[in-house]
Amino acid sequence: MKITQISVFLENRKGRLYEICSMLGQAKINIRALTIAETETFGVLRMVVDKPAEAIELFRKNHVTANQADVVAVEVPDRPGGLANVLKMLSDRQVNVEYMYGFVEKFSENALLVFRFDNPEKGGQVLRDAGINVLAGKEIQGL
Amino acid sequence: MIWNEPMETMPLQDLKNLQSERLVKLARYVYDNCPVYKQKFETHGISPSDIRSLDDITKLPFTTKMDMRDNYPYGLFSLPRTQIVEIHVSTGTTGNPTLVGYTRDDVDLWGEVTARCLCCAGAKSDDIIQIAYGYGLFTGGLGFHYGAMKMGLTIIPTSSGQTKRQLKIMQDFKPRILCCTPSYCLYMAEECREMGIDPRSSSWNIGIFGAEPWSERMRAEIEQTWNMLAVDVYGLSEIIGPGVSQECTYKEGLHVFSDVFYPEIIDPETGKPVPDGQPGELVITTLTKQGIPLIRYRTRDIVSITHEPCRCGRTCPRTSKITGRTDDMIVVRGINVFPSQIEHVLLGIEGTQPHYQIVVDRLAHKLDEVEIMVEVDEKMFSDEIKQMKSLEHKIKKEIEAILSIGVTVKLVEPKTIQRSEGKAKRVIDKRQL
Repeated sequence: MKITQISVFLENRKGRLYEICSMLGQAKINIRALTIAETETFGVLRMVVDKPAEAIELFRKNHVTANQADVVAVEVPDRPGGLANVLKMLSDRQVNVEYMYGFVEKFSENALLVFRFDNPEKGGQVLRDAGINVLAGKEIQGL
Repeated sequence: MIWNEPMETMPLQDLKNLQSERLVKLARYVYDNCPVYKQKFETHGISPSDIRSLDDITKLPFTTKMDMRDNYPYGLFSLPRTQIVEIHVSTGTTGNPTLVGYTRDDVDLWGEVTARCLCCAGAKSDDIIQIAYGYGLFTGGLGFHYGAMKMGLTIIPTSSGQTKRQLKIMQDFKPRILCCTPSYCLYMAEECREMGIDPRSSSWNIGIFGAEPWSERMRAEIEQTWNMLAVDVYGLSEIIGPGVSQECTYKEGLHVFSDVFYPEIIDPETGKPVPDGQPGELVITTLTKQGIPLIRYRTRDIVSITHEPCRCGRTCPRTSKITGRTDDMIVVRGINVFPSQIEHVLLGIEGTQPHYQIVVDRLAHKLDEVEIMVEVDEKMFSDEIKQMKSLEHKIKKEIEAILSIGVTVKLVEPKTIQRSEGKAKRVIDKRQL
């Protein structure tokens, strides 16, 4: 139940994020979720898109440094303590969260979060065992 | 195969006798034909009759790039312009470019030495060669062209640039030999993969690379990437262009064709000879050139030399690869910095590419600062910031350990560093010294 996340290396300069996003826009690739991590000299843009293979190809063609990683998209109850419960299950089963971020849209009544685990297989399994909805790539594309 | 066995495998004593005979003639020739040399000899208190054998060479004055510049364009020529059939120009460090001229015999000599280079690298007379050195004022393209022509190879004179076309020609005509700069060869590998071609499947079996310093690690990278033998060629336009020296397939130093280009290694500070095996500045005397023969020309290239004959049978001396250029060297806070050192570090860190640029700047507080920009490619890139930071840190620490000065490392996007299709620009010195 893993989905593909695309990460892009960004030099810290004006207009670079715009260039990347407009590249995707022109190729009719839709961003479903994204986050930016930044340091003083560079940033890493991470995102989930509807057509990951096409996005990778597009970046390669345009000399944008990008790679893919397996992440897990999880439905989390949209109420106080909803996320804390999910994190507790992971913590109890010794799954480490490298980072996480939220989707742009909601999925039914629940919030949709992207988790990057040190071990995506195990992370996904732990959540499924606990009866939490882990989304497949197809469902993301259909959003 | 050895192109010119009598010359290239001559017993050492015979070689020395030949060099002596040629040097004696040369001293007389430049004195009689080139007023600038006549003046230099007189200022130096020496006459051609003082030169009786090779051992007297140290009595002669040096010639420098400054002499070339000061006597631009024809001052250092020993023959009138009408005897010159070809002219080449290289970039000068400052001011005027460096101009050289060849008589018909000089062009013939040039073909002779580049034919020796090609054979040294393993070329056979039925080979196809792709010459991707620039043709034109730059000596690289035409130099190899003349040698390949002399050998009777099939020449594809692609010149430099137009990488996609280079690769298409390689695929269509299947040349076994490639000549270009080593950085361009690595650049072509990137392009090759983008075109969906595996570089290891290329028809190139032999690459003859030169015109810029490169390291053993870069050689390993090229050989691994392209599945080819990569050998080093050395030359400079002042002497003749490519063809001064060349590695054979044993890759144990560059054979200097000393019957025509006599090498000395000196301490650049004192001008005194340094012993075999010790690094020093390479100084060359052109023993047989006619148009613009040079006496004890200071190349500014740092090498060491051995006079041990090679396993390949050639008896001429061999130099190491260039370990630095005295004019590529930058001094930062009293420390000598060679770009090749940075390259060495980058190639030693797994996943990093030798695509870098050194920017030296003098800040308001008068301390020189070195920033090293390193291009990040897919292999180095991670979505986790901590891994990127740790890579940055590792590069910084390793460079600092080699250079003994603090540096800043900046990871940049691919293709942001100017990578001309000829020589890579490695150093940007913004200091007003």
